[in-house]
Amino acid sequence: MTATARPVLTDRRPLILLGLAAAVVVAVALSLAIGAQWLRPAEVWQAVTDPDPAAPATAIVRELRLPRTVLGVLVGSALGAAGALMQGHTRNPLADPGLLGIAAGASFAVVLGIQLGTGGLTGYIWFAFAGALLASVAVFGIASGRRGGPTPVTLALAGMAISALLASFTQSILLADDASLNVFRFWVVGSLSGRDATVAAQVAPFIAAGLLLAMVNAPALNALGLGEEVARALGQRVLPARAVGVAAIVLLAGAATAACGPIGFLGLIVPHVARYLVGPDHRWLIPASALAGAVVLLLADVLGRVVVSPGELQTGIVLAAVGAPFFVALVRSRRGAVKL
Amino acid sequence: MNPTGPSALVQPPGRRVLHIGPMTGTLAVRSVAVGVAGLALTAAIVVHSIGHGSFTIAPGDVVSTLLGGGTAAQKLIVLDLRLPRILTALLVGAALAVSGALTQTFARNPLASPDVLGVTHGASLGAVAVIVLGGGAAIGAVPLAALAGGLITATLVYLLAWRQGVDGFRLVLVGIGIGEVVTAGVSWFLVRAEIVDAARATIWLNGSVAGADWSQVRPLSLGLAVLLPLAVATSFTLQALQFDDDVSKSLGVRLQAARLAVVLTAVALAAGAVAAAGPIEFVAFVVPQIALRLCGGSRPPLIVSAILGALLVSAADLAARLVLPDRELPVGLVTAMVGAPYLLWLLIRTNRRVSA
Repeated sequence: MTATARPVLTDRRPLILLGLAAAVVVAVALSLAIGAQWLRPAEVWQAVTDPDPAAPATAIVRELRLPRTVLGVLVGSALGAAGALMQGHTRNPLADPGLLGIAAGASFAVVLGIQLGTGGLTGYIWFAFAGALLASVAVFGIASGRRGGPTPVTLALAGMAISALLASFTQSILLADDASLNVFRFWVVGSLSGRDATVAAQVAPFIAAGLLLAMVNAPALNALGLGEEVARALGQRVLPARAVGVAAIVLLAGAATAACGPIGFLGLIVPHVARYLVGPDHRWLIPASALAGAVVLLLADVLGRVVVSPGELQTGIVLAAVGAPFFVALVRSRRGAVKL
Repeated sequence: MNPTGPSALVQPPGRRVLHIGPMTGTLAVRSVAVGVAGLALTAAIVVHSIGHGSFTIAPGDVVSTLLGGGTAAQKLIVLDLRLPRILTALLVGAALAVSGALTQTFARNPLASPDVLGVTHGASLGAVAVIVLGGGAAIGAVPLAALAGGLITATLVYLLAWRQGVDGFRLVLVGIGIGEVVTAGVSWFLVRAEIVDAARATIWLNGSVAGADWSQVRPLSLGLAVLLPLAVATSFTLQALQFDDDVSKSLGVRLQAARLAVVLTAVALAAGAVAAAGPIEFVAFVVPQIALRLCGGSRPPLIVSAILGALLVSAADLAARLVLPDRELPVGLVTAMVGAPYLLWLLIRTNRRVSA
């Protein structure tokens, strides 16, 4: 089952985490420096450290690129960690945070918000968050039976069913209303653009709490990975562990989806990359997934700004177009398909 | 995944042993009961569905017209206008359900559906590209574009997953990766399209059997007549494939040949269905799971899945026309609205561990 037969790998894991953290710093620097308006590195550095209100570089870096970069770090790490939790709890490599009904619930609530006419992309944040929360509570409630909490299979099946149900409601509203479709099709692609600093500030507490819960959940998740009977025999209480995990996933993925729209693919591929790097132990896998998620999302966003400059390509589209071939190459590589 | 052990082969649970002359076989009593009940319900829905419309026809007249009687007007309405639509619904439902059952068994994953083989997404890209680039004039080319897109993408997934043979786990992951690229292409087309084309593409993406005629039914029924027996023929192999690779090999299965046969059958079934009616995705995922829970056993049953798939899509089509008569709701939306609550109810009611 596990691919960490080589003890050498264990010793390298702190170094790998450090390397990932360094990669985040590089990605942040790139995200601040690169954009439609070319700025010299010195100008960028000055705008960050010693802002001169008169210089145009200050406005570009501090008003436009900094909030976007901060949001990218937050959302990327949230989706990466949520993906690792989701795949661990369902013991299914195909699971992503959307499987808990989060993307479908957020989408449905956003379409309702568009119908009610709450203006602007940022106006939909609380709608999306509430939708994600309600949908995932419904999934968890239905999947948990009379005793012992949900099994991986029922959790995944209930999530798929609720998602499909909500998506069909969303689609039937959109089919009747072209004006809503016109707003929704831009939200559903997933993008970091057009979100100001207040968005990052609004979702940051939820993501911080979610990351904390995720780390608390990691040892229990390792035990649950052995199967529920074994976990119980080891003294692990299954239902509380599942509840903490689901709460973390909802906080992380709900906040990320509310801020940027559904970028589900990130939560699906990043844990596979992280598992390739640090192995299946969740105490290492979750932080590695969070860091890798931030790197991947920032790089995809930067690339989206460069390829069709001066316009830009939505982050979700770039992520799929560039991330997926990379993912396929990883899966094909010798050690790539590390099973759960 | 807890496949039933060897002891179950000696004394199959829920099966009755039959002796006919020198032959001995087993009969799954519960599956037969579910299948017969499904067929009866489907027949009732077909008769009701053909009778329902702007010009109502009594059930008795529907049956007599189908059997060759009826007036000229009834023949026109029943045979030329309404029969192709209901037949498309039945065939598409059966094809998708069997495709889903095959995929879920060989991938050993209840979340797998023909989507992970790249068929549905590829077909969507082909169709949406034609709708957006060609405008209204190219609407006739949509089924062909969907068929081509689905088959090309599935081939690409299979080739990319090949590495000294294809492994179910790797095939599924590669399929998800490629599916994501293709879906991004669909989103890209939708974002840059005129809103008229985006709306038309959205209708196709939801799946619909409205406006189906005999030119769609004939190739679809021909395809199913070949592919369904093929699918059933693979079921002995499937029985072994649900164990892990080493066990399958020791049971005498030639893994690569068996996988290729199963994948080809599943892809062809799904591609045909999507070309005819658009991606009615939920059917392929939910019907095998419902069939498994109704029949018991260790993997989704093929024939019962086909019957229940036909039942679900035809019932959803009828429900769409009964509930919202003035607005054509795409059948793909109704299958989710009908199928999802039913699966949820089954999950709550049984609430015991069933692995697929």
